[in-house]
Order: sequence, then C-alpha cells, then structure tokens
Amino acid sequence: MADRFAPGDAVRTSTADPAWHTRLPRYARGAVGRVVEVAGHHPLADDRARGLPGTTRTVYHVRFAAADLFGDGDHAVTVELWEDYLEPADPSGGTP
Amino acid sequence: MSGDHHASSAISERVRHVEALLEARGLVDEGEIDRRIDEFLAGGSPANGARITARAWVDPGFRDRLLTDANAAIREVGLSMAGGLQEQRLKVVANTSEEHNVVVCTLCSCYPIALLGPSPAWYKSEAYRSRVVRDPRGVLAEFGLDLPATTRITVWDASAESRYMVVPRRPEGTEGMPEEELAGVVTRKGLIGTAAV
Repeated sequence: MADRFAPGDAVRTSTADPAWHTRLPRYARGAVGRVVEVAGHHPLADDRARGLPGTTRTVYHVRFAAADLFGDGDHAVTVELWEDYLEPADPSGGTP
Repeated sequence: MSGDHHASSAISERVRHVEALLEARGLVDEGEIDRRIDEFLAGGSPANGARITARAWVDPGFRDRLLTDANAAIREVGLSMAGGLQEQRLKVVANTSEEHNVVVCTLCSCYPIALLGPSPAWYKSEAYRSRVVRDPRGVLAEFGLDLPATTRITVWDASAESRYMVVPRRPEGTEGMPEEELAGVVTRKGLIGTAAV
C-alpha cells in the first residue's frame, strides 16, 4: 500500500463531524498542517470502533501551528492522524 | 471518559458490572482481566525511561538512533514496547535549549506504561488534556516550569497508535557523572515534558 503523503506535504483535515468514534480531535478539524513523518499503518479506529473489519491505512504525525488551530498561540501541536482524515492542501495555505 | 479512575467512581462500578457479565457468559475466565492487566503492567516503571534517557545523554549515536527508530534503539538497553497484545510504535523526542516537547492524549490517556509506569492522575485529568494543547506555556508554568519566551514549544497529541516519550535536557553540572547515576536524576514528569530535570 502506497502512502498518499510524504514528509513536508501540506494537508488539510476533514471538517466532518461523524456520529461515531473518531481519532481526529475536534480542535484539529478543518485545519492545514504539514506532514512530519509516517507513523505506521493501522486499521482505521473509526471502523474498528463500529465493529467493522477496518482496512489498514497509513497514519501520519501532522504538525499544526497553534494559531491555525485556536486563533492564537506561538506553539505547535503535532497530532497523529489517519490518511482518511486528510486531503492535500495548497502548500501556501499554511506553514506550521 | 472521566478524568479520574478512583475505585469508587461510577465508571469503576460500570466496569465491574461489565466484567461480571463477561465472566457470567463465559467470555472471559474469572480473574483473567486482572491477570492480563498485571502482565501488562509488569516491569513498567519510569526507571526504564530514565535508563533510556541516561544512555542518550552519554551516547550521541544512541540518541540519534533513538530519535530515528525508538523501537529498535530501546532494544539495545534490553527494553521493548511489545509487552501488550502487539508491539506499539514508540516516538521519542528530545528537548533542547531551543525547543521543548510535552506529551498529552487529548482523546483519552494513551501513555507508554512500559517505560513510564502507570500514568499519574493529572495526566488523565480533563484539565490537563484540554488545556495543554491550547496553552502549554501557561500549563507548564503551573507545573513550575517557566520556559524562556524564545523556547519553541511542541505539544504531541497521542491521538492514534504511537506512544511518546520526551528526553529531557541533561542538567548542568552532571558532566562526568556515570550513566547509572544520571538515570537517577530523571523524573517521570521530565519524561512527559512537564518538568525539567
């Protein structure tokens, strides 16, 4: 299985608010960050929590500037996210 | 999920009830869950994280390997992340004079028990989990760690399958101290990133 993203890629997280368990924290929805590295390949937690088989998917460390998540702050937050939560972002859309 | 895990809490009652049902229906043997938890916790101690840190302080090659592939590196000191049902990925990050790292699990309380022992109550509290991602500088100051304004802070949210450990900065005045003695100055808070050592 090929990884869709590589370190340095700008990605935008999903804005969806699913009715089930998800590991995309609410504070990191709809935000642009940058892939730090691949963090392994694991069945999607959203599927497993619903008793679905859960295909193995790539998981990434994605770094966000606090200001892009909360509107202020000078720190960074690195969140571990399944590929399913991510779409490519315009590289000029954020520089965490 | 509740912040604390006291034996008298409502969540504990619910867990005991589910456990009794699982046993009554023959899905688990009596006492099996306790035995599995004991196995999982066996050997888990902040002394392990301290040993890894001391080695990283005295051996720059080990430090580099640790930051690149922590699971392989900790096997060099006889440790592993394979104590549970499957080996968990370990990500180790190192504090420097320019950058400070701190770990949280905002969704629950994920934590490398094998290397840090059972997690402290504050790590599982809603206050820590919700506040440290938004205002790490303020939360760290409440822990007594005042970082210079020039220090960049990165918060690591253990939101998926990896577990995280911080290598704190080596304290000044410890040059020449033997590795075993260095391990003795490392604290659990230092390994989470909420204190200097």
